[in-house]
Amino acid sequence: MRLPSLNTVLGATIVSLIVGAGLVAMVWTPYDPLKLDFLARLAPPSAHHLLGTDEFGRDVLSRLMRAATTSVWISILTVCASILAGTALGLVTGYMRGWTDRILMMFNDALLAFPGILLALGLLSVVGANMYGIILALGLAYTPLVTRVVRGAVLSLKEKEFIEASRVLGNSESFTMVRHVLPNCIAPLIVLATSMFGWVLLAESALSFLGLGVPPPAPTWGNMLAESRTYISQAAWLGIFPGLCISLALLGINLLGDALRDRLDPHMRGL
Amino acid sequence: MLRFILTRLGMAIPTLLIVALTVFLLVRLIPGDPASLMLGDMASQSSLAALRAQLGLDRPIPVQFVIWIGQILKGDFGHSIATGQPVLGLVIDRFETSATIVVIGVFLASVVAVPAGLIAAWRQNSAIDLLFVGTATVLLSIPSFWLGLLLLLLFGLKLQWLPVVGYVSFSTSPVMASVYLIMPVATLVLHESGVLVRMARASALEVLRLDYVTHARAKGLSEGAVLRRHVFRNSFGPTWTLIGLVLGNLLAGIAVVETVFTIPGIGRLLVDSIFARDYPVIQGCMLFIAFVYVLINLVVDLFYPLFDPKVAQA
Repeated sequence: MRLPSLNTVLGATIVSLIVGAGLVAMVWTPYDPLKLDFLARLAPPSAHHLLGTDEFGRDVLSRLMRAATTSVWISILTVCASILAGTALGLVTGYMRGWTDRILMMFNDALLAFPGILLALGLLSVVGANMYGIILALGLAYTPLVTRVVRGAVLSLKEKEFIEASRVLGNSESFTMVRHVLPNCIAPLIVLATSMFGWVLLAESALSFLGLGVPPPAPTWGNMLAESRTYISQAAWLGIFPGLCISLALLGINLLGDALRDRLDPHMRGL
Repeated sequence: MLRFILTRLGMAIPTLLIVALTVFLLVRLIPGDPASLMLGDMASQSSLAALRAQLGLDRPIPVQFVIWIGQILKGDFGHSIATGQPVLGLVIDRFETSATIVVIGVFLASVVAVPAGLIAAWRQNSAIDLLFVGTATVLLSIPSFWLGLLLLLLFGLKLQWLPVVGYVSFSTSPVMASVYLIMPVATLVLHESGVLVRMARASALEVLRLDYVTHARAKGLSEGAVLRRHVFRNSFGPTWTLIGLVLGNLLAGIAVVETVFTIPGIGRLLVDSIFARDYPVIQGCMLFIAFVYVLINLVVDLFYPLFDPKVAQA
């Protein structure tokens, strides 16, 4: 057995730490992340408040943990939604061909001509800035990419002998699609989903930072950073820890993504 | 070659049309009638109806779209609800600011990252490779808005070397403009070179394994000549495409950096108009950014045959 690479170990450790913190925060945080304490305003990190407090005396560590819950949850739901929608669309368009396929793909490619974050911003102006609005906007913004990837995989798989064999055996098109084509799309989908998890987490933080994310007082890493700007000269820790969380989470996901790509994508193996 | 250019141009037109349709429909989906938004709550029914007729809102949606496209083609993007300014002028004005930062940033990032990626690939698995790839992975994991905030904290507040917020245009004072640009540009350079180093390295590695590289070495060419003439020229294609994508994505994503440094760019304009529900400006910004994005990718594709002549013949 091959030893897991440094990327895998480091990436998996960081990601499980973040997800773990998010899970723990669902049942327990050191302090109530929303509780105001005006006697402890802008307290620097100490034994009482490990990472200090913010301008309302709220415990930064507790808020970071609760924010992890929100970010991880939003990222998981968004990635699942666009993977499901994109896979369904990709399978159908890859299989059907003809006019439906052409028109669907024309729209799909035009949507790909929008930078993802721009499409998400546009959709957010329609659905409104809240947790489900963000999931909907980001999910829709990333679906065209999934459709492209799945369709590409389906088109190349369709020509393979084992698919033909399944048809010759008398299996129906839908059985062949679900039983033989779909499982062979899983590897590129896993690689894509991992990168997407990172993009969504970053996009969600960026939107929160801009004031278009989950509305306050609920903590997110992005809105904590945005609020820290006012107090940054007196309380640098407010601007440091949330950014550190986003960066660590992204680093973990990127390392894990690299490791997965090395394993699952034969083209990249050994690079 | 001419056929390649024409095909590529022909492909961009339906894309732009659907982009326009998407932007148009998106704004139609926003809750609230634009006419009542523009006139406020106190407007009478008759003035509402008059404005709706004037804006064409009483016509069927497809007719509205055709009218709208016609106006866009004439350069009429409508007027801002909040300030009454013509949208196109506003958008172009703000775009210049953002484009200055983005173009300088991406240019400098490419100048640093492409040779770095090449060297890392050339010395694969050495200490230098590990250092470059490690740094790149860390840099690309740091969100630009936090990187900006850290630079601001260090150079603006602690060391007080650079002005903290604001923007001066080049036409007012080139020296002051450069001083104000240092931190936003540095933010982009650091972040984007992380992405570009990895791409340049990965494509250089693929080329380094090929027989003609071995052959070039066997001919007795110096390593520098092999890298420059054979590896760089044949591996630059994917990086070049990525530079185009990065440029376009930054125009949309620049809002966060503009927020950190309080720069009046197009990203901030879009976000502010989303808050204000200033729908003609939202539409104008989205259309303009998407248009520039398509245009950049078009230009990138048209220049691609310079690096890889095979593409033009395919």
